[in-house]
Amino acid sequence: MTDRGRENLSLTWKLGAIALGAFGFGFALVPLYRTLCAVTGYGDQAKLLERSAAILHPDVKRTVTVEFLADVASAGSWDFRPEVRRIEVHPGELYTAEFYAHNLTGHASIAQAVPNISPSEVAAYFHKTECFCFAPQHFALNEGRDMPVRFFVDPALPSHIEVITLAYTFYDEASRVTRR
Amino acid sequence: MAEPHAHAAAHDDHDHKPHGWRRWVFATNHKDIGTMYLVLSCTMFFIGGIAAECIRLELFRPGLQFFDPQFFNSLTTMHGLIMIFGAIMPAFVGLANWMVPMQVGAPDMALPRLNNFSFWILPFAFTLLIGSFFVPGGAPAGGWTMYPPLILQTGAAFPMLIFSVHLMGMSSILGAINVIVTIMNMRAPGMTLLRMPLFVWSWLITAYLLIAVMPVLAGAVTMLLTDHFFGTTFFTAAGGGDPVMFQHIFWFFGHPEVYIMILPAFGIISEIIPTFSRKPLFGYEAMVYAVASIAFLSFIVWAHHMFTVGMPLAAQLFFMLSTMLIAIPTGVKVFNWTATMWKGSLSFEPPMLFALAFLFLFSIGGFSGLMLAMVPADYQYQDTYFVFAHFHYVLVTGALFSIIAAVYYWLPKWTGHMYDMKLGTWHFWLSAIFVNVLFFPQHFLGLAGMPRRIPDYAVQFTDWNMVSSIGAFGFGLSQLLFPYLIIKCIRAGRAAGNRAWEGAHGLEWELPSPPPFHSWTTPPSDAVIARGAAH
Repeated sequence: MTDRGRENLSLTWKLGAIALGAFGFGFALVPLYRTLCAVTGYGDQAKLLERSAAILHPDVKRTVTVEFLADVASAGSWDFRPEVRRIEVHPGELYTAEFYAHNLTGHASIAQAVPNISPSEVAAYFHKTECFCFAPQHFALNEGRDMPVRFFVDPALPSHIEVITLAYTFYDEASRVTRR
Repeated sequence: MAEPHAHAAAHDDHDHKPHGWRRWVFATNHKDIGTMYLVLSCTMFFIGGIAAECIRLELFRPGLQFFDPQFFNSLTTMHGLIMIFGAIMPAFVGLANWMVPMQVGAPDMALPRLNNFSFWILPFAFTLLIGSFFVPGGAPAGGWTMYPPLILQTGAAFPMLIFSVHLMGMSSILGAINVIVTIMNMRAPGMTLLRMPLFVWSWLITAYLLIAVMPVLAGAVTMLLTDHFFGTTFFTAAGGGDPVMFQHIFWFFGHPEVYIMILPAFGIISEIIPTFSRKPLFGYEAMVYAVASIAFLSFIVWAHHMFTVGMPLAAQLFFMLSTMLIAIPTGVKVFNWTATMWKGSLSFEPPMLFALAFLFLFSIGGFSGLMLAMVPADYQYQDTYFVFAHFHYVLVTGALFSIIAAVYYWLPKWTGHMYDMKLGTWHFWLSAIFVNVLFFPQHFLGLAGMPRRIPDYAVQFTDWNMVSSIGAFGFGLSQLLFPYLIIKCIRAGRAAGNRAWEGAHGLEWELPSPPPFHSWTTPPSDAVIARGAAH
């Protein structure tokens, strides 16, 4: 083997080792990423854990009233109302409320509920984990059914607030078409 | 291992080369392998181009006319993968194979058999990749960036995608090792590092980038593979993984990859502009340092591709500022190219025309890159056609135009024939006009909010999409002139002479055109090297 051949081979192996090291480095990025997330608090679930801990430990000493309102955009074509008009809740506890809707349009239809919360400053403290308002609702002709909304009130709710109003307006296809 | 090679080299010295298919399948000659790389690249360019034309056909009008959305997504994904790994990268490797040994005064690449291997991996890689169109579930449709969890939903094509990426990566790494060993060990005596042409310099740095980051991509896709088949949860939140981590690892590869596709282009432009300005390159050493600093910075800017995933403010500021820093060495290069032309006696043959278009249009792509670097602005531009326009300006009018310029520059050297200048000039003007018709309106579409990778769009985007599609058809058709012109030139033409361009400097122009099968078997003398290194 010539001198140059030997040099070439030795440099080749060194560069190959760099490539192999880089392959390992790709995998080393995994623990590195976890560490960085733990340090910066990103990707790390600490905040969410705090929030779920609050759900597990509701503030039972405090009671807030939640009122439910329901309204339809085109009167007469839907029967839409809450099953209960108001409930008393403890901040931090998870509740379910049912709304009833009945399709009176005379044909199968799709409707979308749009929520509104008042007083508006409460919006940041009122968390819906599941809601019929998250997606359009399909109704067969003359179909009526209950639809759930699951929610909890943040324990950090300002202390002067005692009543929260959750109002839904029900829009169906017809009102969408007229809006266009 | 080196003995049989030494024997073979001694044996082949009389310029008798193997004939027929053996010449190509068992090729160890850098010129033959370079040619094969360039032919592969050209083929892939047209296949990727067909995918692009299909995309523009679908986007000519709003609504779905020709393809269902899943197939459209396959088209965008495959267009990206084929153009990046199949057209641009092999073209640069092919140019390196052809030119680097001749430019540094070496008889061949340092590792000729490895060279053969790294080329012949590629046809298999692309057969796997393109074959995925014909398996159940269709070709990958999750975007060329392969983000999980979407990419994990790919059907039978998933392992084909992963293994083809492995093969392409392997080919690039082996090719890069070969280039580095050739440049470090095979230079003619007297060819000091700072006498090397800039094409060689830029390729040396590119090769280091390749061996540093291609293995990281291989690691990332291996993690995808084990997540999909072996129950690991690197990127699955349900098992404690994080899909955002894929984006970090991918772009740790992806940003240096962007420079892998542009640094050799800088080298090419630095060869062409001095030749047709009949002046030495302005600020040779500054150019070398600029390339090196761009390469260094490429490792610390990756997260600017993903500002919107949620990052601490400090990280966003860091990545924004480090990204903007890249404008400084890039600005040095653009300034030096312009200064090279200052008071030069310019002439406008096809290579120079493409180099000038590169200078203008790459700068446009650079400026839109600066806009995208700004975090608050990027939140609006992310995943819109503005990003699309940006990286097509740097990759099509940047990387691709530089490759076309390089072919027009060195074709007389390779074939010994001058090509049809008039046709080359036509090719230039058609390309330069249509490419702007194609991509410039996409800036407007992006700023107006049109998202990337969507087969349908809101009607207010119709006009500019039609203009863009017309540009795409025109650009695609005018590229057909290119292979026609090359074949015509290989067959016949006026003899080019050793120094095909009167202003050309460098060792390759000291050799006959076409160069003998084995060039520089006796190293060039110091005087010849000094004449070539005219800076």
